[in-house]
Amino acid sequence: MTAVLSVSDLAVTIGHRSIVRDVSFSVEQGGTLGIVGESGSGKSMTVLAATGLLDAPASRATGSSKLDGIELVGASDKTLRGVHGSKVGFVFQDPSTSLNPLLTLERQITEPLEAHRNMTRRRARARALELLEAVGIPQPENRLDSYPHQLSGGQRQRIMIAIAIACDPGLLVADEPTTALDVTTEAQIIDLVRTLQHERGSAVVWISHDLGVIGQVADDVAVLQSGNVVEHRGVLDIFDDAQNKYTRRLLDARPLLGRSTPPETRPDAPVVLDVRGLDVSFPVTTPTGRSTVHAVKDVSFSVRHGHTLGIVGESGSGKSTIANTLTGLVRAQAGNATLYNSDGVQGAEVVKVSGRSAAAVRRRIAMVFQDPFSSLDPRGSIGDSILEPIKVHRLLDGQRARTERLNELLDLVGLPESFGQRYPHELSGGQRQRVSIARALALKPNVIILDEATASLDVSIQAHVLALLKQLQQELGLTYVFIAHDLAIVNEMSHDVLVLRNGESVEYREAADLFASPQAEYTRALLSAIPPERPRAAAATDR
Amino acid sequence: MTTTLDVEHIDSTRIASWRLLLSNPVTVVSTVVLTLVLIVAVFAETIAPYGINSIDVPGALQAPSSAHWFGTDDLGRDVFSRVLVATTVSLKVAVVSVAIAFVAGVTAGVIAGFMRGWFDTIIMRVVDVMFSFPVILLALAIIAILGPGVGTTMVAIGIVYTPIFARVARASALSISVEPFVQVSRTMGVPAPYILRKHVLPNITAPVIVQTSLSLAFAILSEASLSFLGLGVQPPDPSWGRMLFDAQAFLGQAWWLSVFPGAAIFVTVLAFNLVGDGLRDVLDPKQRSIMEARAKK
Amino acid sequence: MGAVLKHPTVAFLSRRLLHSAVVLLGVLVVVFSLLQLVPGDPIRIALGTRYTEASYEALKSASGLDRPLLVQFFSYLGNSVTGDLGVSFRSGQPVTELLMNRLPATLSLALVGIIIGLVIALVVGIWAALHEGTVSDAVVRIASQFGVSIPDFWMGLLLITVFSATFHLLPSSGYVALTDDPWQWLRHIILPASAVGLVAGAILTRYVRSAVLEVVSMSYVRTAKSKGLSRRVVTFRHIVRNALIPVLTIAGIQFATILGGVIVVEVVFAWPGLGNLVYNAVATRDYPLIQGTVLLIAVMFLAVNLLVDMLYAVVDPRIRLS
Repeated sequence: MTAVLSVSDLAVTIGHRSIVRDVSFSVEQGGTLGIVGESGSGKSMTVLAATGLLDAPASRATGSSKLDGIELVGASDKTLRGVHGSKVGFVFQDPSTSLNPLLTLERQITEPLEAHRNMTRRRARARALELLEAVGIPQPENRLDSYPHQLSGGQRQRIMIAIAIACDPGLLVADEPTTALDVTTEAQIIDLVRTLQHERGSAVVWISHDLGVIGQVADDVAVLQSGNVVEHRGVLDIFDDAQNKYTRRLLDARPLLGRSTPPETRPDAPVVLDVRGLDVSFPVTTPTGRSTVHAVKDVSFSVRHGHTLGIVGESGSGKSTIANTLTGLVRAQAGNATLYNSDGVQGAEVVKVSGRSAAAVRRRIAMVFQDPFSSLDPRGSIGDSILEPIKVHRLLDGQRARTERLNELLDLVGLPESFGQRYPHELSGGQRQRVSIARALALKPNVIILDEATASLDVSIQAHVLALLKQLQQELGLTYVFIAHDLAIVNEMSHDVLVLRNGESVEYREAADLFASPQAEYTRALLSAIPPERPRAAAATDR
Repeated sequence: MTTTLDVEHIDSTRIASWRLLLSNPVTVVSTVVLTLVLIVAVFAETIAPYGINSIDVPGALQAPSSAHWFGTDDLGRDVFSRVLVATTVSLKVAVVSVAIAFVAGVTAGVIAGFMRGWFDTIIMRVVDVMFSFPVILLALAIIAILGPGVGTTMVAIGIVYTPIFARVARASALSISVEPFVQVSRTMGVPAPYILRKHVLPNITAPVIVQTSLSLAFAILSEASLSFLGLGVQPPDPSWGRMLFDAQAFLGQAWWLSVFPGAAIFVTVLAFNLVGDGLRDVLDPKQRSIMEARAKK
Repeated sequence: MGAVLKHPTVAFLSRRLLHSAVVLLGVLVVVFSLLQLVPGDPIRIALGTRYTEASYEALKSASGLDRPLLVQFFSYLGNSVTGDLGVSFRSGQPVTELLMNRLPATLSLALVGIIIGLVIALVVGIWAALHEGTVSDAVVRIASQFGVSIPDFWMGLLLITVFSATFHLLPSSGYVALTDDPWQWLRHIILPASAVGLVAGAILTRYVRSAVLEVVSMSYVRTAKSKGLSRRVVTFRHIVRNALIPVLTIAGIQFATILGGVIVVEVVFAWPGLGNLVYNAVATRDYPLIQGTVLLIAVMFLAVNLLVDMLYAVVDPRIRLS
């Protein structure tokens, strides 16, 4: 076997900062190298530098990277132009921004063909048709004249793949190609790339933060931590016998079905939140007109004290709308929700109230949002943010009582007391999310809604925050509505699960039953789209 | 209870805004120029070497010399003294009119952006209507109603620059009020006035400050245009615009009459614009991170 | 019919048309109110020293100011929509006629001005953005900052000083219709149009530069580079085309700046257009003429922006197709 791409001693600096150091690897024909790392590990930089596509301002690559014997580090623009598109094809992360919105799909697919193969317009069009067919776009002849905005996210990513393989390159670089996609679409894209690779024998470099995905695609894996390769071995060795501490931490932190269970609870606990026939639609305005989105259709569920209800669904399923309706950010057209105290008495209507009484009820439901960076006011201290609800509701008198409560809350979420005086920009993402949780606890709410609360965090941080949430639930008897797209973490957190699709409740059962024997077709599809614990390569050897 | 802290890279070294501002030489120079202009505006009468209306017909239309730095006009008045004294009224008109526009525009814009609904719709339509008139034309029409003079010029310029403040304030208030940190406060039952005071207002100061600096520049230009047309500052008080109007008759023979008052407008406006730009760079998060990277190096 | 209305282009344009109609109504209210807001009796003020009992009564009934406010407004609305903008207090001529006489001069000045501005802005702005961070980019940024800070009428005076008074290359005033003598038209229009266009060009350059920079950082530009396309193709097909869309909107909005510049610059160059007309009308308190000019210029602005919206529908497939 010959190496398609061989990289040695590659280093990247931006200004005076060293981003990547001493990276060496090679990819053989038909083989796939998976590069895995958390945000800021330099995984994209490494591959962009190796392929001569690095264009960040003040960035510089040194070392060597040979593609088919052609040196790419420090190569002239002309050499690189000859290589890009013809010998190496690229698929990037977000398909909604990677395609030019003003050009037809045909134009975007035929561009590399015309640049490298000197094809005529007509031959290139015929080739574009073949490519659309190869990447599984239905009715390709009708799609040639379409524009990117007329396609779904998954279809756009298929177009990106068609562009990347247009000139039959020996190497395909896929930079987080499935991260912006839903799980079911992710599985399809993985299959597509594997099939194409099998048919064409090209080499693939697949970059991902997700070990599950890497396990599905890679033959070899390089683990990157802060710009260094800490481990680089065959995929089975990495999964079964990781030598490096960081690699093992990544493996252990990865959410897996059945790895961990929610805290034990009393099954006879009273219901604290009871939602009946919730129906939400809202108008959306686009340049071409106004339309109504029916986001939630007749959804009912209830949550018991000290329990967690997991709400799971793909983008557009209406899961966040439910959260926003319960907290009063969005109005419901129909249905009601009743909130009880932890002893199951004193019911109060949540969604059908307005004015002063609404505020009184709603502060008994707290919410933690997804994005740790925009969830805290950049101009207020951490203490200000956490104490704000206590202050405006005049719950504690005197600076001393408040400071005590602040320290207590910080301690609960595992942050030192000194953090009260800090400002959000001085905290990391995981720390900010802990602050958001402390703020949610401030009013001792009956229910806490966690809307994708860990989705923006790196896996190792996510594992810490999930552990904290479970610990708090056990110690304080908290009740959660846990909204997520990732079935594995829903499995880890929830006692009951509600599966949503296009605003409709598809399946709503006890978590153990649902994961053991999913009833709905859609639930089964979601479950089968989860990358298995063992890499795909293991299935072949185990047999 | 203790949990291990997450090991993540945190960049806690943040450079103070004023230090970043001072790292840009263009901003420093323009701030110095602006300060000089302000000093002139305050002490013009004292600094001016000649009386602004001391007529000296035999010494009319003299070219710049050591006695008359900017030359003399057709009545023999010292152009340098007149340019200095005109600074006062120009800045006064600019400051008062921008203050009017600021108060009216920011109030309307913040309420519209934060409250949304019918109030927002009405304010935005009114802003659209006002944007359909060129600024100078609307000011002209307002002065035609109220009669010429310094006071009406202030009101007219104040009115025509209100919509731009309304639009900037609304856009910022709108984008802040959909930020998760504001949403969290809402869900916890924090009253709207408290959210407005504690979260929205502090976070919209940056774009509003930038707009204020840029609007001062535009207001000086507008005052000059209106005075040029004879509607602003009335003779015999000197104003840059009117001096330029009077200079038209002598374009071929006395270049200093048109060059110096125009240069005074240009330098003052440029200084306001450059300071505004410097502030924008520092206050805009995207630009800021680039500048911080440079400063740390 | 319903299907036609649902077509995105039609839906988009009808929304914009409706929006313009609402704004136009607001414009009419503002213009109508101008006369009502005059403190005191506008007719007496307008007549000034020419005041006699007879001329006062005649003007009052001719202008309809003796009728109730609402009646006045609706008749103003009806009249102005049909092109009747009343008669000039000063000359007694129909305002519409006066405006139409002056319109060609102003239109040619505004159009040549914006063409000069756009050409400068596109060439310089794109070039600076593609050379971001270099010395030449810094020069462009400073030059555009200078241009924004120059009063347009002063620019006019400087141009006259250099090109007319000193070198006698071009005339300093007057207007010749394009249809009469294209060469003389050009000679007369160069200086005033440059005064207007250079300042507008400086403003637009900054927008073009930042629009191009915005697109340069887009993911699809990296995609284009990853295809190995030539620099020219990446620049023009992928960067510039996309950057022009926001520039189109800005150019439409900046048309107001151009029209405002034209008004003052016309006075400098004795250009017989709407600017000079309204300048004289303000001096003589000829309120109907002021109202008419203000209305006409606002309508021109709205029309240009409606045109921009239509161009949008042609250029941007996201609006053309759903």
